[in-house]
Amino acid sequence: MSDVSLTVNGRRVSGNAEDRTLLVHFLREQLGLTGTHVGCDTSQCGACVVHVDGRAVKSCTMLAVQASGSTIVTIEGLANGADLHPVQAAFKEHHGLQCGFCTPGMIMAATDMISRHPQGLDEATVRAELDGNICRCTGYHNIVKAILAASQAMAKGSKGKAKQAA
Amino acid sequence: MGIEGVGARVARKEDKRFITGGGRYVDDMVVPGMKHAVFVRSPHAHAEIKKIDVKKAQAMPGVVGVLTGKQLKADGIGNLICGWMIHSKDGTPMKMGAWSPLAVDKVRYVGDAVVIVVADTKGQARDAAEAVEITYKELKAVVGATKALEKGAPQIHAEAENNLIFDWEIGDGKATDAAIKSAAHVTRMKIVNNRLVPNAMEPRAALGHYDKAEDHYTCWTTSQNPHLARLVMSAFYNVAPENKLRVIAPDVGGGFGSKIYIYPEEIVCLWASKKTGVPVKWVADRTESFLSDAHGRDHVSTVEMAFDKDNRITGLKVNTIANLGAYMSLFSSCVPTYLYATLLSGQYDIPAIHANVRTVYTNTAPVDAYRGAGRPEATYLLERTMETAARELGVTPAELRRKNFITSFPHQTPVILSYDAGDYNASLDAAMKAADYAGFTKRKADAAKQGKLRGIGMSCYIEACGLAPSAAVGSLGAGVGLWESAEVRVNAVGTIEVLTGSHSHGQGHETTFAQLVSQRFGVPFDSVSIVHGDTDKVQMGMGSYGSRSGAVGMSAVAKALDKVEAKAKKIAAHLLEADEGDIVIENGEVKVAGTDKSLPWFQVALASYTAHNLPAGMEPGLKETAFYDPSNFTFPAGCYICEVEIDPETGLTEIIQFVAADDFGNIINPMIVEGQVHGGIAQGVGQALLEGAHYDASGQLLTASYMDYTMPRADDLPSFKVSTSNTPCPGNPLGVKGCGEAGAIGSPPAVINAITDALGVVDIAMPASPSTVWSAIHAKKH
Repeated sequence: MSDVSLTVNGRRVSGNAEDRTLLVHFLREQLGLTGTHVGCDTSQCGACVVHVDGRAVKSCTMLAVQASGSTIVTIEGLANGADLHPVQAAFKEHHGLQCGFCTPGMIMAATDMISRHPQGLDEATVRAELDGNICRCTGYHNIVKAILAASQAMAKGSKGKAKQAA
Repeated sequence: MGIEGVGARVARKEDKRFITGGGRYVDDMVVPGMKHAVFVRSPHAHAEIKKIDVKKAQAMPGVVGVLTGKQLKADGIGNLICGWMIHSKDGTPMKMGAWSPLAVDKVRYVGDAVVIVVADTKGQARDAAEAVEITYKELKAVVGATKALEKGAPQIHAEAENNLIFDWEIGDGKATDAAIKSAAHVTRMKIVNNRLVPNAMEPRAALGHYDKAEDHYTCWTTSQNPHLARLVMSAFYNVAPENKLRVIAPDVGGGFGSKIYIYPEEIVCLWASKKTGVPVKWVADRTESFLSDAHGRDHVSTVEMAFDKDNRITGLKVNTIANLGAYMSLFSSCVPTYLYATLLSGQYDIPAIHANVRTVYTNTAPVDAYRGAGRPEATYLLERTMETAARELGVTPAELRRKNFITSFPHQTPVILSYDAGDYNASLDAAMKAADYAGFTKRKADAAKQGKLRGIGMSCYIEACGLAPSAAVGSLGAGVGLWESAEVRVNAVGTIEVLTGSHSHGQGHETTFAQLVSQRFGVPFDSVSIVHGDTDKVQMGMGSYGSRSGAVGMSAVAKALDKVEAKAKKIAAHLLEADEGDIVIENGEVKVAGTDKSLPWFQVALASYTAHNLPAGMEPGLKETAFYDPSNFTFPAGCYICEVEIDPETGLTEIIQFVAADDFGNIINPMIVEGQVHGGIAQGVGQALLEGAHYDASGQLLTASYMDYTMPRADDLPSFKVSTSNTPCPGNPLGVKGCGEAGAIGSPPAVINAITDALGVVDIAMPASPSTVWSAIHAKKH
């Protein structure tokens, strides 16, 4: 057993976990953050993607104890209070989800993708970058649409902020 | 939010919880005292169980119980059943072999559940499962359906000689043979429909909780039809009487058919909860899902299609062998029969059809309905044959189809179904226009200059949905009726709850069903809530599959709304001292037509509950229930066109464009309908290009993880061009047909027709992976 201390969604938390406990199970079972899902055993499906120290990570590929000391954002911590994150809003507006199971991982991967491409995204890039996330419901059509829309909305938003700052 | 009626492209109510991590799936449920289960599964495809020793496992840390099939049987838990009786052509009933929820004497496929281990944590249960010692005597296994029928093949169930479950036929054999004999041309093909694993992203899960004090059971399960689960678990598996069993299917992460059935695990978890005295939760690993979820398709067929000298189809003869796996799953028998052979007329006027279907046991996972269920197999067979016939006859694929389209309705096919409405030329025209079919020749030439092979293929599908008229399916062998129920509760403040027996596992019922109500009474969309998935809340239901939630589930809601409307009008007429016939309900007001007399909707609702001033003899309240039993199937149809470009160096197929032109009748929410089509196409393209379940000769599943089974990913697919036309369905009050399965039904033949067109070959096996395509190119060269 090992002590695990994390900052999750802005809150400092600590717990005790078996050495073999994966980060995703720690988040789900010890912290009750069940928005992060487990869809496979081989780190292919991406339903468990969270942000660890600002980077998208499949939380099934990491031991909880490895993550100790990290700052983690899960789907539950993405919105700013009642205001949805632009990626969340775009998934809703463009019907980028159906059963909702892959959705948290998709949204967390997409926010990371958008932040890594501040110059903007095109369809081919979005499709290539989604390689680590599997959806069985949507055929990806509306997920791609939602990510492109969110990328544009966020670019506009940051330009607006830059103007204000200037 | 205001009124959002039928036809509005309104964003989904349910999305808020899913995009914020607030969805509640079975694995998210926690009950005080809950323990975790792991199943010990057979590593052999076929073996006798000689001895099970659980002593070591029982002594492992955290273990609460290790239970076997013998104990299960001693407690009177029943065998799993197939709910649709099929008779062979000689009149004998299908040969159903026993399927114990935990295997007792014999295992019949890799993944067959043998022992359940319950422990404090899943890790401990897994450790203890590894300590269970089972002595097997291995037997020879057989995995292919054709091989299983051969003399001397391993015998899987004592009940089914030569592994033959039934030998069934439909149609007029003599007339069809005569048509083939006198034909000007006969196209003959062997058609293989590859075996698939449904792969809903949420793995199956069950949480069984026996409450000793109440002598009551609760089962949370990943089900498309919780009421059917309760009925079957109670009536056939003796888990608990229905009144003491509550089944809850909360948020369910996709189904695609695979979550219709009642599997061993939910039965065993409920029983184990009583046996151990603790709530027992089991969640499948992905590999466990690959091994034990019901698979789909797996047909091998031969087909003969006869034409007269004018290229009109005169007869169709089909012989199919369908692999049903090691046990007969709940609806496995109806998929390759009444959901398949009845669709063999397609969109075409065919005077004589005969189909012979043999179903076979093999040492593989059970096979049952997967998105489309029988209809993709029929469409693939027919549309591949039409394509080949067009090439042989030297006419264009469109021309051959147009010549044979059914153009007047109703149309009685020779294989039971009576099509009620459709316009197949309209879909074909729309698809060809959207695909710029006319410009293909130039695009092909341009691609050739780049060293690439272009091909184009079409598919004109029809499906029977809105399952189904109860009397009709009853006469064909169904053990259940396929009506749906609804309850509309208008609260005293005018807000409305609709309780439906349909179950949403991605389809967005909380939105579309609310649109229906919002439109009917002109009440705000937000004031309508949809309740589903809990047998303690919803009176009864048959669940969601077969694209039935709109045509049957919403029709039940419409029927209940009729009753609410009639009562509300009576109350309003009484209060406004007007004639009942003059009352109209519009924009949240109950009015006397042509006057300024009106009451707000909520006031009528309130009056029904205060009951201070109701018409004489009227019961208080404004709540109505309805059961709706459809009068016919519905018949969505359409045309799909796929254009591919193949790199001959690598064999890689790229989909350049995919066009879908569907006729779903009236549409409640176009955004949701388009989403259903997108997802269906992705699964159909997956079948055609990427997916295939493969067992080796000893019965080991070689494709049991996402590293081995190729799921369609975003960069395997293009954005789709979808459109709809509309011939309203005359059979239900909403004029809707259903859209859930079309994409998966129509797309595989369009893709394969395009690839064979590009390569200039007659056939290519699905999935047409790069190696398969590359081999086909090189086989042609040499």
